[in-house]
Amino acid sequence: MSEEYRKPLPNIDDTNRPYWEATRRHELMLQKCRDCGHYRYPPGETCPGCLSNRLDWVKVSGLGTVYTWTVFHQVYHPAFAGDAPYAVVAIELDEGPRMVTNLVDCKPDDIQVGMPVEVVFDDVTGEITLPKFRPRAS
Amino acid sequence: MTLRDRCAIVGLGYTAQGKVPGRKAMSFYLEASNNALSDAGLNIQDIDGILVQPCLTDPRVTAFGLAEEMGLNLRFGADQQLHGASSCAIIQHAAMAVDAGLCNYCLCAFAEVSRSASPPTGIVYQMAGSTNAAYGMFGVAASYAMIARRYMHEYGVTSRQFGAVAVTFRKHASLNPIAQMREPITIEDHQNSRWVVEPFHLLDCCLISDGGRALIVTSAERARNLKRPPVYIMGMGQGHPFNDPLKRQTLTVSGAAESGKTAFGMAGITPANVDICAIYDAFSFVVPMQLEDLGFCGKGEGGAFVEEGRIALGGELPTNTSGGLLSEVYIQGWVGTHEAVRQLRGDCAERQVPGAEIAIVTSSGGVLSTHASVILRK
Repeated sequence: MSEEYRKPLPNIDDTNRPYWEATRRHELMLQKCRDCGHYRYPPGETCPGCLSNRLDWVKVSGLGTVYTWTVFHQVYHPAFAGDAPYAVVAIELDEGPRMVTNLVDCKPDDIQVGMPVEVVFDDVTGEITLPKFRPRAS
Repeated sequence: MTLRDRCAIVGLGYTAQGKVPGRKAMSFYLEASNNALSDAGLNIQDIDGILVQPCLTDPRVTAFGLAEEMGLNLRFGADQQLHGASSCAIIQHAAMAVDAGLCNYCLCAFAEVSRSASPPTGIVYQMAGSTNAAYGMFGVAASYAMIARRYMHEYGVTSRQFGAVAVTFRKHASLNPIAQMREPITIEDHQNSRWVVEPFHLLDCCLISDGGRALIVTSAERARNLKRPPVYIMGMGQGHPFNDPLKRQTLTVSGAAESGKTAFGMAGITPANVDICAIYDAFSFVVPMQLEDLGFCGKGEGGAFVEEGRIALGGELPTNTSGGLLSEVYIQGWVGTHEAVRQLRGDCAERQVPGAEIAIVTSSGGVLSTHASVILRK
Protein backbone atom coordinates (compact mmCIF):
# COMPACT_ATOMS: atom_id res chain seq x y z
CA MET A 1 0.00 0.00 0.00
CA SER A 2 2.66 2.57 0.98
CA GLU A 3 4.54 2.31 -2.32
CA GLU A 4 1.33 3.29 -4.19
CA TYR A 5 0.44 6.22 -1.94
CA ARG A 6 1.63 9.39 -3.68
CA LYS A 7 0.06 12.17 -1.63
CA PRO A 8 2.14 14.22 0.81
CA LEU A 9 2.48 12.79 4.31
CA PRO A 10 2.91 14.64 7.59
CA ASN A 11 6.40 15.16 8.93
CA ILE A 12 6.57 13.46 12.27
CA ASP A 13 8.81 15.04 14.89
CA ASP A 14 9.25 14.88 18.65
CA THR A 15 6.49 17.44 19.21
CA ASN A 16 3.73 15.82 17.17
CA ARG A 17 4.70 12.14 17.51
CA PRO A 18 2.12 11.37 20.24
CA TYR A 19 -0.62 12.77 17.98
CA TRP A 20 0.30 10.49 15.08
CA GLU A 21 0.86 7.47 17.34
CA ALA A 22 -2.66 8.00 18.67
CA THR A 23 -4.26 8.28 15.24
CA ARG A 24 -2.55 5.02 14.29
CA ARG A 25 -4.41 3.45 17.22
CA HIS A 26 -7.57 5.19 15.88
CA GLU A 27 -7.68 7.66 18.72
CA LEU A 28 -7.78 11.45 18.43
CA MET A 29 -5.58 13.02 21.12
CA LEU A 30 -4.75 16.68 21.66
CA GLN A 31 -2.57 18.56 24.08
CA LYS A 32 -4.45 20.04 27.04
CA CYS A 33 -2.88 22.65 29.29
CA ARG A 34 -2.57 21.43 32.86
CA ASP A 35 -2.66 25.04 34.11
CA CYS A 36 -5.53 26.67 32.19
CA GLY A 37 -7.32 23.78 30.49
CA HIS A 38 -6.83 25.12 26.94
CA TYR A 39 -6.68 22.51 24.15
CA ARG A 40 -4.25 23.18 21.34
CA TYR A 41 -3.88 22.00 17.73
CA PRO A 42 -1.58 21.65 15.83
CA PRO A 43 0.79 20.26 18.46
CA GLY A 44 3.30 22.71 19.93
CA GLU A 45 5.62 23.38 22.83
CA THR A 46 3.58 25.79 24.92
CA CYS A 47 -0.01 26.74 25.67
CA PRO A 48 -1.09 29.77 23.61
CA GLY A 49 -3.60 30.54 26.38
CA CYS A 50 -1.12 31.02 29.23
CA LEU A 51 2.36 30.08 27.91
CA SER A 52 2.58 27.13 30.28
CA ASN A 53 4.67 24.23 29.02
CA ARG A 54 2.80 21.69 31.13
CA LEU A 55 0.77 20.08 28.35
CA ASP A 56 -0.83 16.64 28.69
CA TRP A 57 -1.95 14.45 25.82
CA VAL A 58 -5.62 13.62 26.31
CA LYS A 59 -8.16 11.75 24.23
CA VAL A 60 -10.86 14.05 22.82
CA SER A 61 -14.42 13.37 21.71
CA GLY A 62 -13.79 13.36 17.98
CA LEU A 63 -16.98 15.41 17.59
CA GLY A 64 -17.23 18.80 15.98
CA THR A 65 -18.87 20.92 13.31
CA VAL A 66 -17.82 22.25 9.92
CA TYR A 67 -16.44 25.77 10.50
CA THR A 68 -15.66 26.58 6.87
CA TRP A 69 -14.51 24.85 3.70
CA THR A 70 -13.17 25.26 0.19
CA VAL A 71 -13.37 23.16 -2.97
CA PHE A 72 -10.17 22.72 -4.97
CA HIS A 73 -10.60 22.87 -8.74
CA GLN A 74 -7.02 23.98 -9.25
CA VAL A 75 -4.65 21.03 -8.90
CA TYR A 76 -1.54 22.06 -6.98
CA HIS A 77 -0.11 18.57 -6.52
CA PRO A 78 -0.30 15.81 -9.13
CA ALA A 79 -1.41 13.19 -6.60
CA PHE A 80 -4.70 15.08 -6.17
CA ALA A 81 -5.43 15.38 -9.90
CA GLY A 82 -7.83 12.43 -9.82
CA ASP A 83 -9.72 13.88 -6.85
CA ALA A 84 -10.48 17.37 -8.20
CA PRO A 85 -12.86 18.95 -7.55
CA TYR A 86 -12.32 17.93 -3.95
CA ALA A 87 -13.22 19.65 -0.67
CA VAL A 88 -10.96 20.58 2.20
CA VAL A 89 -12.79 21.48 5.40
CA ALA A 90 -11.94 23.19 8.65
CA ILE A 91 -13.60 21.39 11.56
CA GLU A 92 -14.18 23.11 14.88
CA LEU A 93 -13.81 20.38 17.46
CA ASP A 94 -16.14 20.40 20.47
CA GLU A 95 -13.02 20.99 22.60
CA GLY A 96 -12.27 24.22 20.69
CA PRO A 97 -9.38 23.81 18.25
CA ARG A 98 -10.00 23.91 14.50
CA MET A 99 -8.33 21.49 12.14
CA VAL A 100 -7.89 21.20 8.39
CA THR A 101 -9.10 17.83 7.14
CA ASN A 102 -11.36 16.07 4.63
CA LEU A 103 -14.92 14.79 4.89
CA VAL A 104 -15.80 11.26 3.88
CA ASP A 105 -19.29 10.12 2.85
CA CYS A 106 -20.17 13.68 1.83
CA LYS A 107 -20.14 15.32 -1.60
CA PRO A 108 -18.73 18.86 -1.85
CA ASP A 109 -22.20 20.19 -2.80
CA ASP A 110 -23.67 18.85 0.44
CA ILE A 111 -21.25 20.60 2.81
CA GLN A 112 -22.67 23.31 5.03
CA VAL A 113 -21.18 25.47 7.76
CA GLY A 114 -22.30 24.11 11.12
CA MET A 115 -22.82 20.55 9.89
CA PRO A 116 -22.15 18.09 12.79
CA VAL A 117 -19.34 15.63 12.09
CA GLU A 118 -17.42 12.87 13.82
CA VAL A 119 -13.90 11.57 13.38
CA VAL A 120 -13.03 8.50 11.31
CA PHE A 121 -9.56 7.13 10.69
CA ASP A 122 -8.02 6.55 7.27
CA ASP A 123 -4.98 4.23 7.34
CA VAL A 124 -3.32 5.75 4.28
CA THR A 125 -0.02 3.86 4.70
CA GLY A 126 1.29 1.24 7.07
CA GLU A 127 2.72 4.01 9.25
CA ILE A 128 0.34 6.94 8.85
CA THR A 129 -3.32 7.24 9.74
CA LEU A 130 -5.07 10.49 8.84
CA PRO A 131 -8.03 11.54 10.96
CA LYS A 132 -10.92 12.56 8.71
CA PHE A 133 -14.55 13.33 9.48
CA ARG A 134 -18.00 12.22 8.37
CA PRO A 135 -21.45 13.74 8.85
CA ARG A 136 -23.37 12.63 11.93
CA ALA A 137 -26.85 13.23 13.27
CA SER A 138 -26.81 16.35 15.47
CA MET B 1 2.91 65.07 19.87
CA THR B 2 2.30 62.61 17.08
CA LEU B 3 3.77 62.03 13.66
CA ARG B 4 0.75 63.62 11.99
CA ASP B 5 1.85 65.65 8.94
CA ARG B 6 5.48 65.66 10.05
CA CYS B 7 6.72 63.68 7.04
CA ALA B 8 5.82 63.40 3.38
CA ILE B 9 6.21 61.17 0.34
CA VAL B 10 8.22 63.11 -2.23
CA GLY B 11 9.29 60.71 -4.96
CA LEU B 12 7.63 57.82 -6.76
CA GLY B 13 9.51 55.26 -8.83
CA TYR B 14 7.88 52.89 -11.31
CA THR B 15 9.39 50.35 -13.70
CA ALA B 16 8.22 48.27 -16.62
CA GLN B 17 5.56 46.01 -15.12
CA GLY B 18 3.33 43.08 -15.93
CA LYS B 19 5.05 40.23 -17.73
CA VAL B 20 8.68 41.33 -17.95
CA PRO B 21 10.80 38.21 -18.44
CA GLY B 22 14.55 37.92 -18.21
CA ARG B 23 15.19 40.45 -15.47
CA LYS B 24 16.53 39.86 -11.99
CA ALA B 25 14.82 41.43 -9.00
CA MET B 26 17.81 43.74 -8.39
CA SER B 27 17.31 45.44 -11.75
CA PHE B 28 13.74 46.37 -10.77
CA TYR B 29 14.85 47.67 -7.35
CA LEU B 30 17.50 49.82 -9.05
CA GLU B 31 15.25 51.14 -11.82
CA ALA B 32 12.46 51.99 -9.37
CA SER B 33 14.90 53.69 -6.99
CA ASN B 34 16.49 55.72 -9.75
CA ASN B 35 13.07 56.82 -11.01
CA ALA B 36 11.99 57.82 -7.49
CA LEU B 37 15.10 60.02 -7.21
CA SER B 38 14.36 61.72 -10.55
CA ASP B 39 10.71 62.22 -9.62
CA ALA B 40 11.72 63.90 -6.35
CA GLY B 41 14.50 65.92 -7.97
CA LEU B 42 17.03 64.48 -5.54
CA ASN B 43 20.61 63.39 -6.11
CA ILE B 44 21.75 59.93 -5.24
CA GLN B 45 24.01 61.33 -2.50
CA ASP B 46 20.96 62.75 -0.71
CA ILE B 47 19.73 59.28 0.21
CA ASP B 48 20.95 58.37 3.69
CA GLY B 49 18.34 55.78 4.69
CA ILE B 50 16.95 52.67 2.99
CA LEU B 51 14.14 50.32 3.90
CA VAL B 52 13.64 47.32 1.64
CA GLN B 53 10.86 44.77 1.42
CA PRO B 54 12.75 41.63 0.34
CA CYS B 55 11.53 39.83 -2.76
CA LEU B 56 10.29 36.32 -1.91
CA THR B 57 11.27 34.93 -5.28
CA ASP B 58 14.76 36.45 -5.19
CA PRO B 59 15.71 37.00 -1.56
CA ARG B 60 19.28 37.90 -2.45
CA VAL B 61 18.35 41.59 -2.62
CA THR B 62 18.73 43.33 0.74
CA ALA B 63 18.75 46.96 1.83
CA PHE B 64 22.52 46.87 2.08
CA GLY B 65 22.97 45.02 -1.21
CA LEU B 66 20.89 47.70 -2.91
CA ALA B 67 22.92 50.41 -1.16
CA GLU B 68 26.08 48.74 -2.45
CA GLU B 69 24.79 48.77 -6.03
CA MET B 70 23.87 52.44 -5.64
CA GLY B 71 27.14 53.38 -3.95
CA LEU B 72 25.37 54.78 -0.89
CA ASN B 73 26.74 55.38 2.56
CA LEU B 74 23.74 54.96 4.78
CA ARG B 75 22.97 56.30 8.23
CA PHE B 76 19.87 54.11 8.54
CA GLY B 77 18.69 50.91 6.90
CA ALA B 78 16.83 47.63 7.31
CA ASP B 79 14.98 44.87 5.52
CA GLN B 80 11.37 44.63 6.64
CA GLN B 81 9.28 41.61 5.77
CA LEU B 82 5.63 41.95 6.68
CA HIS B 83 4.83 40.41 3.29
CA GLY B 84 1.92 42.28 1.71
CA ALA B 85 1.74 44.73 4.61
CA SER B 86 5.33 45.85 4.12
CA SER B 87 4.60 48.94 2.00
CA CYS B 88 2.59 50.89 4.56
CA ALA B 89 4.66 49.53 7.45
CA ILE B 90 7.87 50.65 5.74
CA ILE B 91 6.46 54.15 5.15
CA GLN B 92 5.70 54.29 8.88
CA HIS B 93 9.22 53.25 9.86
CA ALA B 94 10.70 55.66 7.33
CA ALA B 95 8.66 58.51 8.84
CA MET B 96 9.71 57.53 12.36
CA ALA B 97 13.38 57.42 11.35
CA VAL B 98 13.21 60.77 9.56
CA ASP B 99 11.34 62.40 12.42
CA ALA B 100 13.83 61.01 14.92
CA GLY B 101 16.69 62.51 12.92
CA LEU B 102 18.20 59.14 12.00
CA CYS B 103 18.10 60.00 8.30
CA ASN B 104 16.90 62.82 6.04
CA TYR B 105 15.74 61.01 2.92
CA CYS B 106 14.63 57.40 3.26
CA LEU B 107 14.37 55.35 0.09
CA CYS B 108 11.78 52.55 0.31
CA ALA B 109 11.76 49.84 -2.36
CA PHE B 110 10.30 46.52 -3.46
CA ALA B 111 10.27 44.29 -6.53
CA GLU B 112 8.28 41.25 -7.65
CA VAL B 113 9.57 38.83 -10.26
CA SER B 114 6.91 36.23 -9.62
CA ARG B 115 5.38 36.26 -13.12
CA SER B 116 8.60 35.22 -14.78
CA ALA B 117 10.35 33.56 -11.84
CA SER B 118 11.81 30.12 -12.13
CA PRO B 119 10.62 28.02 -10.38
CA PRO B 120 7.19 29.63 -10.68
CA THR B 121 5.90 31.58 -7.71
CA GLY B 122 3.02 29.19 -7.31
CA ILE B 123 5.44 26.83 -5.65
CA VAL B 124 6.98 29.52 -3.48
CA TYR B 125 3.56 30.70 -2.35
CA GLN B 126 2.05 27.28 -1.63
CA MET B 127 3.10 27.66 2.00
CA ALA B 128 1.19 24.58 3.13
CA GLY B 129 2.48 22.84 6.21
CA SER B 130 2.88 19.17 5.50
CA THR B 131 -0.01 18.10 7.69
CA ASN B 132 -2.42 20.29 5.73
CA ALA B 133 -0.87 19.13 2.46
CA ALA B 134 -1.77 15.56 3.39
CA TYR B 135 -5.40 16.64 3.02
CA GLY B 136 -4.81 18.42 -0.29
CA MET B 137 -4.64 21.89 1.26
CA PHE B 138 -2.19 23.95 -0.81
CA GLY B 139 -1.64 27.60 -1.59
CA VAL B 140 -2.54 30.96 -0.17
CA ALA B 141 -5.75 31.21 -2.22
CA ALA B 142 -7.33 28.26 -0.41
CA SER B 143 -6.69 29.79 3.01
CA TYR B 144 -8.30 33.02 1.84
CA ALA B 145 -11.14 30.96 0.36
CA MET B 146 -11.88 29.50 3.78
CA ILE B 147 -12.11 33.02 5.20
CA ALA B 148 -14.33 34.13 2.30
CA ARG B 149 -16.69 31.17 2.79
CA ARG B 150 -17.04 31.98 6.46
CA TYR B 151 -17.63 35.68 5.60
CA MET B 152 -20.41 34.65 3.20
CA HIS B 153 -21.91 32.41 5.87
CA GLU B 154 -21.84 34.97 8.68
CA TYR B 155 -23.01 38.01 6.72
CA GLY B 156 -24.76 36.74 3.60
CA VAL B 157 -22.34 38.44 1.21
CA THR B 158 -22.44 36.92 -2.27
CA SER B 159 -20.17 35.95 -5.12
CA ARG B 160 -21.87 38.56 -7.31
CA GLN B 161 -20.90 41.21 -4.77
CA PHE B 162 -17.30 39.97 -4.96
CA GLY B 163 -17.72 40.22 -8.72
CA ALA B 164 -18.77 43.87 -8.43
CA VAL B 165 -15.33 44.59 -6.98
CA ALA B 166 -13.55 42.81 -9.84
CA VAL B 167 -15.66 44.53 -12.50
CA THR B 168 -15.15 47.99 -10.95
CA PHE B 169 -11.39 47.65 -10.65
CA ARG B 170 -11.10 46.33 -14.20
CA LYS B 171 -12.99 49.38 -15.41
CA HIS B 172 -10.46 51.53 -13.56
CA ALA B 173 -7.59 49.58 -15.11
CA SER B 174 -9.03 50.21 -18.57
CA LEU B 175 -8.19 53.89 -17.94
CA ASN B 176 -4.65 53.11 -16.79
CA PRO B 177 -2.14 52.80 -19.64
CA ILE B 178 0.31 50.73 -17.53
CA ALA B 179 -2.26 48.24 -16.22
CA GLN B 180 -1.66 44.57 -16.97
CA MET B 181 -5.36 43.79 -17.63
CA ARG B 182 -7.29 46.53 -19.44
CA GLU B 183 -10.13 44.69 -21.18
CA PRO B 184 -13.41 45.53 -19.38
CA ILE B 185 -15.33 42.62 -17.84
CA THR B 186 -18.93 42.10 -16.74
CA ILE B 187 -20.47 40.37 -13.75
CA GLU B 188 -21.33 37.49 -16.08
CA ASP B 189 -17.67 37.22 -17.12
CA HIS B 190 -16.82 37.02 -13.42
CA GLN B 191 -19.47 34.40 -12.71
CA ASN B 192 -18.44 32.36 -15.75
CA SER B 193 -14.70 32.48 -15.09
CA ARG B 194 -13.32 29.13 -13.98
CA TRP B 195 -13.26 28.08 -10.36
CA VAL B 196 -9.84 28.16 -8.72
CA VAL B 197 -10.71 27.27 -5.15
CA GLU B 198 -14.37 27.83 -4.28
CA PRO B 199 -15.77 30.36 -3.58
CA PHE B 200 -13.16 32.03 -5.82
CA HIS B 201 -13.60 32.32 -9.53
CA LEU B 202 -10.45 33.19 -11.44
CA LEU B 203 -11.55 36.85 -11.55
CA ASP B 204 -11.67 36.99 -7.74
CA CYS B 205 -7.90 36.45 -7.62
CA CYS B 206 -5.15 39.03 -8.04
CA LEU B 207 -2.63 38.98 -10.86
CA ILE B 208 0.88 37.56 -10.82
CA SER B 209 3.41 40.09 -12.08
CA ASP B 210 6.94 41.36 -12.47
CA GLY B 211 7.88 44.92 -11.60
CA GLY B 212 9.36 47.26 -9.02
CA ARG B 213 8.29 50.27 -7.01
CA ALA B 214 10.16 52.76 -4.87
CA LEU B 215 9.29 55.91 -2.98
CA ILE B 216 11.11 58.46 -0.85
CA VAL B 217 10.05 59.75 2.56
CA THR B 218 11.43 62.96 4.05
CA SER B 219 10.43 65.63 6.56
CA ALA B 220 7.54 67.98 5.72
CA GLU B 221 9.98 70.87 5.84
CA ARG B 222 12.40 69.37 3.31
CA ALA B 223 9.51 68.17 1.19
CA ARG B 224 8.37 71.72 0.46
CA ASN B 225 11.53 72.52 -1.49
CA LEU B 226 11.46 69.54 -3.83
CA LYS B 227 10.30 69.09 -7.39
CA ARG B 228 6.85 67.63 -6.87
CA PRO B 229 4.06 68.65 -4.47
CA PRO B 230 4.49 66.84 -1.14
CA VAL B 231 1.95 64.27 -0.05
CA TYR B 232 1.84 64.37 3.75
CA ILE B 233 1.55 61.34 5.99
CA MET B 234 -1.37 62.22 8.26
CA GLY B 235 -1.87 58.98 10.10
CA MET B 236 -0.58 55.44 10.39
CA GLY B 237 -1.41 52.21 12.13
CA GLN B 238 -0.89 48.47 12.18
CA GLY B 239 -2.90 45.46 13.31
CA HIS B 240 -1.67 41.91 13.10
CA PRO B 241 -3.93 38.92 13.53
CA PHE B 242 -1.48 36.02 13.69
CA ASN B 243 -0.40 33.76 10.86
CA ASP B 244 -2.83 30.84 10.90
CA PRO B 245 -6.37 32.14 10.34
CA LEU B 246 -7.95 29.05 11.88
CA LYS B 247 -6.40 29.90 15.25
CA ARG B 248 -7.99 33.36 15.30
CA GLN B 249 -11.14 33.91 17.34
CA THR B 250 -12.86 35.24 14.24
CA LEU B 251 -12.03 34.87 10.56
CA THR B 252 -14.18 37.78 9.49
CA VAL B 253 -12.53 40.80 11.12
CA SER B 254 -9.25 41.77 9.44
CA GLY B 255 -6.25 43.61 10.82
CA ALA B 256 -7.73 46.72 9.19
CA ALA B 257 -9.92 47.21 12.25
CA GLU B 258 -6.99 47.89 14.58
CA SER B 259 -4.76 49.37 11.90
CA GLY B 260 -7.45 51.81 10.74
CA LYS B 261 -8.44 52.84 14.26
CA THR B 262 -4.87 53.85 15.06
CA ALA B 263 -4.41 55.63 11.73
CA PHE B 264 -7.67 57.59 11.93
CA GLY B 265 -6.87 58.45 15.54
CA MET B 266 -3.51 59.93 14.60
CA ALA B 267 -4.92 61.78 11.60
CA GLY B 268 -7.77 63.16 13.69
CA ILE B 269 -10.32 62.42 10.98
CA THR B 270 -13.08 59.87 10.32
CA PRO B 271 -13.86 57.79 7.24
CA ALA B 272 -16.32 60.54 6.21
CA ASN B 273 -13.32 62.80 5.49
CA VAL B 274 -11.66 60.33 3.09
CA ASP B 275 -11.91 61.06 -0.65
CA ILE B 276 -10.27 57.93 -2.08
CA CYS B 277 -9.20 54.49 -0.92
CA ALA B 278 -6.42 52.16 -1.97
CA ILE B 279 -7.35 48.83 -0.40
CA TYR B 280 -5.06 45.82 -0.57
CA ASP B 281 -7.01 43.53 -2.90
CA ALA B 282 -5.27 40.17 -3.06
CA PHE B 283 -8.77 38.74 -3.49
CA SER B 284 -11.98 40.60 -4.28
CA PHE B 285 -13.75 39.86 -0.97
CA VAL B 286 -11.07 41.49 1.18
CA VAL B 287 -12.16 44.87 -0.20
CA PRO B 288 -15.65 44.90 1.37
CA MET B 289 -14.25 43.26 4.51
CA GLN B 290 -11.59 45.95 4.99
CA LEU B 291 -14.03 48.78 4.14
CA GLU B 292 -16.22 47.48 6.98
CA ASP B 293 -13.30 47.15 9.37
CA LEU B 294 -12.10 50.68 8.56
CA GLY B 295 -15.55 52.02 9.38
CA PHE B 296 -16.77 53.04 5.90
CA CYS B 297 -19.86 50.92 6.53
CA GLY B 298 -21.18 48.62 9.25
CA LYS B 299 -19.93 45.07 9.77
CA GLY B 300 -21.58 42.81 7.22
CA GLU B 301 -22.67 45.73 5.02
CA GLY B 302 -19.58 45.67 2.80
CA GLY B 303 -21.13 43.44 0.14
CA ALA B 304 -23.98 45.85 -0.51
CA PHE B 305 -21.59 48.82 -0.13
CA VAL B 306 -19.39 47.77 -3.08
CA GLU B 307 -22.34 47.31 -5.43
CA GLU B 308 -23.93 49.99 -7.59
CA GLY B 309 -20.91 52.14 -8.26
CA ARG B 310 -20.12 53.52 -4.83
CA ILE B 311 -16.43 52.49 -5.04
CA ALA B 312 -16.11 53.29 -8.77
CA LEU B 313 -14.66 56.43 -10.31
CA GLY B 314 -17.49 58.95 -10.12
CA GLY B 315 -18.90 57.25 -7.01
CA GLU B 316 -18.76 58.57 -3.48
CA LEU B 317 -15.64 56.58 -2.50
CA PRO B 318 -13.45 55.81 -5.53
CA THR B 319 -11.32 52.81 -4.58
CA ASN B 320 -8.28 51.27 -6.28
CA THR B 321 -8.46 53.72 -9.14
CA SER B 322 -5.42 52.18 -10.89
CA GLY B 323 -7.10 48.77 -11.07
CA GLY B 324 -5.40 47.48 -7.94
CA LEU B 325 -3.83 44.06 -7.53
CA LEU B 326 -6.82 42.53 -9.29
CA SER B 327 -6.29 44.38 -12.56
CA GLU B 328 -3.36 46.84 -12.57
CA VAL B 329 -0.44 44.73 -11.39
CA TYR B 330 0.66 42.63 -8.42
CA ILE B 331 3.51 44.49 -6.76
CA GLN B 332 1.93 43.93 -3.37
CA GLY B 333 1.12 46.97 -1.21
CA TRP B 334 3.13 49.34 -3.39
CA VAL B 335 0.40 49.50 -6.00
CA GLY B 336 -1.90 51.29 -3.56
CA THR B 337 0.71 53.64 -2.11
CA HIS B 338 1.74 54.90 -5.53
CA GLU B 339 -1.76 55.33 -6.88
CA ALA B 340 -2.87 57.25 -3.79
CA VAL B 341 0.10 59.64 -4.05
CA ARG B 342 -0.56 60.16 -7.77
CA GLN B 343 -4.22 60.92 -7.13
CA LEU B 344 -3.36 63.46 -4.42
CA ARG B 345 -0.85 65.09 -6.76
CA GLY B 346 -3.52 65.28 -9.45
CA ASP B 347 -1.44 63.16 -11.84
CA CYS B 348 -4.04 60.56 -12.82
CA ALA B 349 -5.28 62.02 -16.11
CA GLU B 350 -8.39 60.17 -17.32
CA ARG B 351 -8.91 58.45 -14.01
CA GLN B 352 -8.23 61.49 -11.81
CA VAL B 353 -10.67 61.95 -8.94
CA PRO B 354 -11.49 65.69 -8.97
CA GLY B 355 -10.57 67.41 -5.73
CA ALA B 356 -9.05 64.36 -4.07
CA GLU B 357 -7.38 65.59 -0.89
CA ILE B 358 -7.29 62.68 1.56
CA ALA B 359 -6.60 59.01 0.89
CA ILE B 360 -6.34 55.90 3.02
CA VAL B 361 -4.01 53.14 1.85
CA THR B 362 -4.07 49.65 3.33
CA SER B 363 -1.63 46.79 2.95
CA SER B 364 -2.01 43.24 4.18
CA GLY B 365 0.24 40.20 4.23
CA GLY B 366 0.08 36.45 4.69
CA VAL B 367 -3.52 35.28 4.99
CA LEU B 368 -4.82 38.60 6.36
CA SER B 369 -2.08 37.97 8.94
CA THR B 370 -0.37 41.38 8.93
CA HIS B 371 -1.93 44.76 8.24
CA ALA B 372 -0.66 48.32 7.99
CA SER B 373 -2.43 51.52 6.92
CA VAL B 374 -1.43 55.07 6.13
CA ILE B 375 -3.63 58.12 5.68
CA LEU B 376 -2.20 60.60 3.19
CA ARG B 377 -3.19 64.18 2.29
CA LYS B 378 -2.14 66.73 -0.27
